[in-house]
Amino acid sequence: MAAESETKQPQERIGVYVCHCGSNIAGTVDVAEVARWAGEELKDDGVVVSRDYKFMCSSLGQEMIQKDIVEQGLTRVVVAACSPHLHEATFRNACARAGMNPYLCELVSIREQCSWVHTDKAKATEKSKAILAGGVLRVARDTPLEPMRVPIHPDVLVVGGGVTGIQAALELANGGKHVYLVEKDSTLGGHMAQLDKTFPTLDCSACILTPRMVSAGNHPNITLLTWSEVTGVSGYVGNFTITIRKKARFVREDLCNGCGVCTEKCPKKVVDDGFEAGLGYRKAVYTAFPQAVPKYPVIDVENCTYFIKGTCKACEKFCPTGAIDFNQEDEILTVPVGNIILATGYQTFDARRIPQYGYGRLANVFTSMEFERLSNAAGPTGGKVTLRDGKTTPKTVGIIHCVGSRDKKYNEYCSAICCMQSLKFAHVVKERTGAQVYEFYIDMRTPGKSYDEFYLRNLEEGVLFVRGRVAEVTDVARLPGEEGKLIIQAEDSLIGKQRRIPVDMVILSTGLEPRDDAKEVAKLFGISCSADGWYIERHVKLEPISTMTEGVFIAGCVVGPKDIPASVAQGSAVAARVYQYIQQGEISLEPYRATINAEECSGCRICNDLCPFNAISYHEEEQVSEVNPALCQGCGTCVSACPAGAITGWGFSDEQILAQIEGLMAVRS
Amino acid sequence: MSDPLDGKTFEPVIIGFTCNWCSYRAADMAGMARMKYPPNIRLVRVMCSGRLDPTFIFKAFASGADGVMVTGCHPGDCHYIEQNYKLMRRFILMQRTLEQMGIEPGRLKLTWASAAEGAKFSEEVTNMVEEVRRLGPLNWPSAETMDEWMAKEPSIETEERP
Amino acid sequence: MMTIGKAKLGLYWACSCGGCDIATLNIHEKILEVDAAFEIVFWPVAMDAKVKDVEAMPDGSIDLMLFNGGIRTTENEEMAHLLRRKSKILVAFGSCASEGCIPGLANLSPVSSIFDVSYSATPTTENPQNIRPTITWQAPEGELHLPGLFPVLRTLDQVVPVDYYIPGCPPESEEIAAVIEQVTQVLDGKASLPPKGSTLGAGKSTVCDECKRTKNVKEIHQFVRIQSLERIDPELCLLEQGLPCNGPATRSGCGALCPQVSAQCIGCHGPAEGVIDYGARLMSAFASVIASNDPKEIGQILDGIPDPAGQFYRFNLAKSLLRSGRQAWEGLEEGK
Repeated sequence: MAAESETKQPQERIGVYVCHCGSNIAGTVDVAEVARWAGEELKDDGVVVSRDYKFMCSSLGQEMIQKDIVEQGLTRVVVAACSPHLHEATFRNACARAGMNPYLCELVSIREQCSWVHTDKAKATEKSKAILAGGVLRVARDTPLEPMRVPIHPDVLVVGGGVTGIQAALELANGGKHVYLVEKDSTLGGHMAQLDKTFPTLDCSACILTPRMVSAGNHPNITLLTWSEVTGVSGYVGNFTITIRKKARFVREDLCNGCGVCTEKCPKKVVDDGFEAGLGYRKAVYTAFPQAVPKYPVIDVENCTYFIKGTCKACEKFCPTGAIDFNQEDEILTVPVGNIILATGYQTFDARRIPQYGYGRLANVFTSMEFERLSNAAGPTGGKVTLRDGKTTPKTVGIIHCVGSRDKKYNEYCSAICCMQSLKFAHVVKERTGAQVYEFYIDMRTPGKSYDEFYLRNLEEGVLFVRGRVAEVTDVARLPGEEGKLIIQAEDSLIGKQRRIPVDMVILSTGLEPRDDAKEVAKLFGISCSADGWYIERHVKLEPISTMTEGVFIAGCVVGPKDIPASVAQGSAVAARVYQYIQQGEISLEPYRATINAEECSGCRICNDLCPFNAISYHEEEQVSEVNPALCQGCGTCVSACPAGAITGWGFSDEQILAQIEGLMAVRS
Repeated sequence: MSDPLDGKTFEPVIIGFTCNWCSYRAADMAGMARMKYPPNIRLVRVMCSGRLDPTFIFKAFASGADGVMVTGCHPGDCHYIEQNYKLMRRFILMQRTLEQMGIEPGRLKLTWASAAEGAKFSEEVTNMVEEVRRLGPLNWPSAETMDEWMAKEPSIETEERP
Repeated sequence: MMTIGKAKLGLYWACSCGGCDIATLNIHEKILEVDAAFEIVFWPVAMDAKVKDVEAMPDGSIDLMLFNGGIRTTENEEMAHLLRRKSKILVAFGSCASEGCIPGLANLSPVSSIFDVSYSATPTTENPQNIRPTITWQAPEGELHLPGLFPVLRTLDQVVPVDYYIPGCPPESEEIAAVIEQVTQVLDGKASLPPKGSTLGAGKSTVCDECKRTKNVKEIHQFVRIQSLERIDPELCLLEQGLPCNGPATRSGCGALCPQVSAQCIGCHGPAEGVIDYGARLMSAFASVIASNDPKEIGQILDGIPDPAGQFYRFNLAKSLLRSGRQAWEGLEEGK
């Protein structure tokens, strides 16, 4: 940290380059004048060369800079052109090739932030001078920096064993990389395993998913950890240490052969709120569904008679291999990995939040997941579409779109899959029951391959469509024909009338939401969520599966609602990216880091809790704090918080920024 | 009293601090979409709004800025998870202190803008320029200016004793 | 640096309280060493001297000049220029000269209101004719002159170039003794002078470095006045107990005397090494660790510091980036 009375240094030799960018900048800013001005007025600040050129980013433009570095002995370079987000790397690399440390080159924007947004030429030119002056004063205080190179551990952590996680894991494993596939539930499969048919092909979901599940379960390169959760993440890209809690199943995997006798003999029946969405039962010792991978059951301690009262133990008695172990403990594993893929998926919107739709109060109002289980051949009714009583076939069914989605009161976004899901339901209902089906929609969103054709098919099958948001679902009859029915009241916006349509069964096409623990999990891995709760990608269009945190990737619905093909594509995409990193063997990180001067640090510990990446540690013995440069992401929050001014933010130091402010204010008519 | 502006409209100069991931990109987006806003703002880019040191804001005012606009990612959306909250805490304290020192709250503004909110960015800038224009020039004296004033007759009331 | 005979020492007080001079006297027996090594040529509080005596001295003849007090009047400024000319080494001695100290807080008020309080408003002042001081006044005996009052207080280095700084209000007697010792060593040729602009006598870190209290990760839920605490934990950091202790931003070297006796540091020992604006550093530190993300709640917690300018700039308003409140100079720009 320089003292206020600066020690005299030899002055820098600064080269200034003002770009015309064709007419993008030159059309509004008098670039020749700006270059001339800098050459004359900023001489005392170190400018020795000041040029303007049509396209600085072209090879000729870059060569111009390189020539000056060599021939004029430039020690700093400022380019006034487009946004640093576009070409900072271009100019820095050009300087590096000419032998100058790339971090001694600054790019200031006089395009996106000047010529493109202002109309008054005189004012835009004056502002460009100010921006350039800011850049010149700043660059004089830049210090040469070296990027950090870190090696990449070849193992990969995939969190989430749904279709996306399985895809990513298989792609990597097939490529010879070792993957830890961690799944919170007792089986792979995720929500896709709960579905009956998948649109638009109406493939049986389990039929297409289970072979993948089996591959993943058997793959020699995949360490499958189900009934497990990541509890700790430390380290940085290429070098993470992951702590995983493998919860006790109370079943020994080395002895269990998956015969299922324990489940058969277990006397305790429990409502299955998980896989069966509350529509069916399971036992206290259970596998989630018959094709579960792995095949080992788990004991639900909250409902197991032994764990509650100390009696029963039927499973242990009848197990032919002696695999039940009531004393099994959770296992804590600590593993090193180089990259992390988060594919933790979604949860469905809780329809109870919309009381006027009657879910939870009116028996025959179903959520989409409930209907999936209902219509599933392996489900509680063997695939028969019936009312809540399990027996009666409905004669009329209403399907309501956008439940909890596209709604300022709940979630403003569109859940992407519900229109197709609703059409699927309509088709299934018609096929199985011949019932009259009404679809209440706002828009029909069927953009995918064969999606719109599926919609047409529904129309041809005689499904009736009412365009309008449903106001309520009620059992209070007012008009003749409504007695004993559920009445859906909606505005039919195409005919401009309110309608009351009596039905036997209502299916709420509930939207997708981030999981309840999504924010917590994001924090654990050091990434951020958007305001909606979906994980934020590095760039919405160009980097959809990386995050701002190096080494942590995201795929599938955890990024935002999407259908199965898109999820699978992202699973492959993220695997390809990770594979690339592993193959490179090492990665270079931007050198924007903070360091603490131990002599000036008083050990006040004000900085300690300010780092979301846990880069700051406190040394009890020496009573000073320290920043781990590998973990530091360069945000600079600790730099500005330190009351002793003992922390330096390399690349964005106090000196650099204060100088820039001075420069920006130096030009004023 | 002579009119220092000579009848011209006062053109404030506002220093804007933007964060690399959200608000700077919002400014870029405004540029790419050719949205127009007044040229009275000059931007400083930092990696995160959490980097914003009150020293920078005071330096801006002390260097002659008529207003300072501090921007960052929306709460909950910070690229570095939660650093914009630290900025928010500092902002409240800065504004109170500056008010005690005679700088009106309207001269220091905090705006959240995500990378997609180019329109919001340009709107906020336009609004702030007008507000600061209404408040008038701040003209914080530099050390040299202060010395010039001190060199004149020092301030002392010359009420004669009756 | 070798001098023939005893080195010449001067001490002067400008806009100050006299505490720095008392602190100097408080070095006890070391004063004998001072007497041995130095000839005190000018020290208005301790010996008779006239300005014309100083004017008569050759330029640069005072080897060490300890100048305390800020520059508030024309006399202060004249003396600052005079003593700079006459001194080899000019030291901004104490908080007033270095950063403005308490008199610097008057920079938050215009002179008119300072005069109102001093000459009219206080309950014990009787000034029915609202007399105010004037620079010249005709007395029957002749014309009297008073120094003029500047609109703001400036630090010594805002008026003349300063060689070294000794912080503190006042500097601790041990620190003064240490500096005297250091200079004596230099005079004897046993040491060299530190780089111009350095701070002498003080530490390189902050008060927290010397404070013996236990420091944990900081999470501020409230700021309170010391009177409102039922009990002050003698072991725990005062800031963690809700007392707005300025220790984290204040330069070390004073021994953290105040926090040791459960009095929160008020920041008299200046900013840490290399810090440009003390108040900015301190307010950033306090605010950053407030345990809330809700603006309303943050506001409520900050209500515990009802006078932020006073809390964060108590000793160094004049040295801050803004140097004064607008109230002090508003109107001056239009010319007087």
